Amino acid sequence: MKRGNKLIGALVAVAVVASACGGAGSGGSTGGTATATATATTVARPDVIVGSTNFYEQITLGELYSQILEANGYKVTRKFNLGNREIVEPAIESGQIDVDAEYLATLLAFVDKDGKVAKPTTDPKETQTGLQKALDPKSLTVLDFAQATDQNGFVVTQATASSKNVKKLSDLAPIGNTLVLGGPPECPQRPFCALGLKNTYGITFKDFRPLDTGGPLTIAALDGKQIDVGLLFTSDPSIVAKNFVLLDDDKHLQLADNIAPVVRNALLQKDDGTLKRLLNSISAKLSQAELNDMNKQVAVDKADSKVVAAAWLKKQGLIK
Amino acid sequence: MTALGDLVRWLTDPVNWQGPHGIPVRVFEHIELSAISVLVALLIAMPIALYLGHTGRAGFIAINVANVGRALPSLALLAFGLVIAISLGLGLGFWPTVFALVPLAIPPILTNAYVAVREVDRDIVEAARGMGLSEGQILKAIEVPLGLPLMLAGIRTAAVNVVATATLGALVAGGALGRFIVDGLALQEYDQLMAGALLVALLAVATEVSFAALERATVPAGMRAIR
Repeated sequence: MKRGNKLIGALVAVAVVASACGGAGSGGSTGGTATATATATTVARPDVIVGSTNFYEQITLGELYSQILEANGYKVTRKFNLGNREIVEPAIESGQIDVDAEYLATLLAFVDKDGKVAKPTTDPKETQTGLQKALDPKSLTVLDFAQATDQNGFVVTQATASSKNVKKLSDLAPIGNTLVLGGPPECPQRPFCALGLKNTYGITFKDFRPLDTGGPLTIAALDGKQIDVGLLFTSDPSIVAKNFVLLDDDKHLQLADNIAPVVRNALLQKDDGTLKRLLNSISAKLSQAELNDMNKQVAVDKADSKVVAAAWLKKQGLIK
Repeated sequence: MTALGDLVRWLTDPVNWQGPHGIPVRVFEHIELSAISVLVALLIAMPIALYLGHTGRAGFIAINVANVGRALPSLALLAFGLVIAISLGLGLGFWPTVFALVPLAIPPILTNAYVAVREVDRDIVEAARGMGLSEGQILKAIEVPLGLPLMLAGIRTAAVNVVATATLGALVAGGALGRFIVDGLALQEYDQLMAGALLVALLAVATEVSFAALERATVPAGMRAIR
């Protein structure tokens, strides 16, 4: 919930910025500023400190990063559950941690609060490029992003999806006036919630029910059929647990909060490029469904994130 | 001053008086929620209070147990009520809030009704018993009418507490006037927030006044001078 509020807050801040100023140019160079230092002598792997913020998804992602590195001869120190981004971002900047999992749009809005360098967009590639520009002065590199996101998502129950034949948000436009939307109380006036659905997709709902920000009320209301469409986070474990259907954001309303590793340049310089390759190999396989399944195992089934991460890496053939 | 102007503007805007989320609907929801909660509390507390007051047994324990209700945070009860309501399929909003409000309403009703019956002059009760009235008749014809002002005062306290606290329901997706407060905060629309608070305060005062009138109307003529 805390995270939810923060995310919404960040999105709102971004929206304000977006409406306030014009386009800042977005240039070309992406990713690793210094990876070409590999020599035959650097067989010894640098030690790595993997950090994370304080909720289950972050700890699982931290485990994924840690375990793939450990399996390839890195000595990894885990510093998980450090707190929110306000704590973790300064920690990686100052070198108390070397690697963490981040969310493109939210991190960009965080490090470049007034959008001077770049503004997050609905396109992950573009947002990543902008983010790298904002991270350059901090000597940080954002590696490849995954398909998986943790952003606003609209879900329906399996029953609604099959009876009304909806798979994507644009499917709601013709039938919106028969459906009740549920979400945080501020949703009707937020560009990434009901207001955006109206403006981008032309969806007008029969009614709006004020609930919470992707929390237990929204899940219970969906489950109890008190609402037809609910706002949850795209990686919410209940989507898998309750068999909800996450509607595809086919007209790209939401900012690209794809998951990507952020690494200190100092670490990349000490490494021969293996670390970058390993972390990117995780992003390449991390789809929304895969992430949500892991989140469900950890948050709903109360499985150990260490075990869940190891099983996933093995299944994907990333570790033996 | 601008805040006051915003408040007046919000309250006089016809849009806020219409539709399924307008002020009249919210006021009705608030009264409905409060009335059901007090009614449930009465059904629980009154039989216990009358029995204990009449027999004089275990009153001390009952009152102390009921008083625990005052110590339980309503917010915690609300969260607990939400879990129970979801598991029973009662839905969000209304019943979880009733669950939080009933324990708040029980202590004043129970304590006042117990004391009301207990404090009736024992000589009168003994005289009635001597005249051959049954225990039930004594309770009905002597103890309840004589204790009525105190009982009603307890119900009045409970009702005012409940009306003021029913705003919590908005936290669990309920309707009622708390909606304006919670939504006003979420949207940073402080005119809506203040209007909600003002309407709740007015409703609480109205409850107080109507119970005072009810007391005057129902108390036996001979009792009025005593008050």
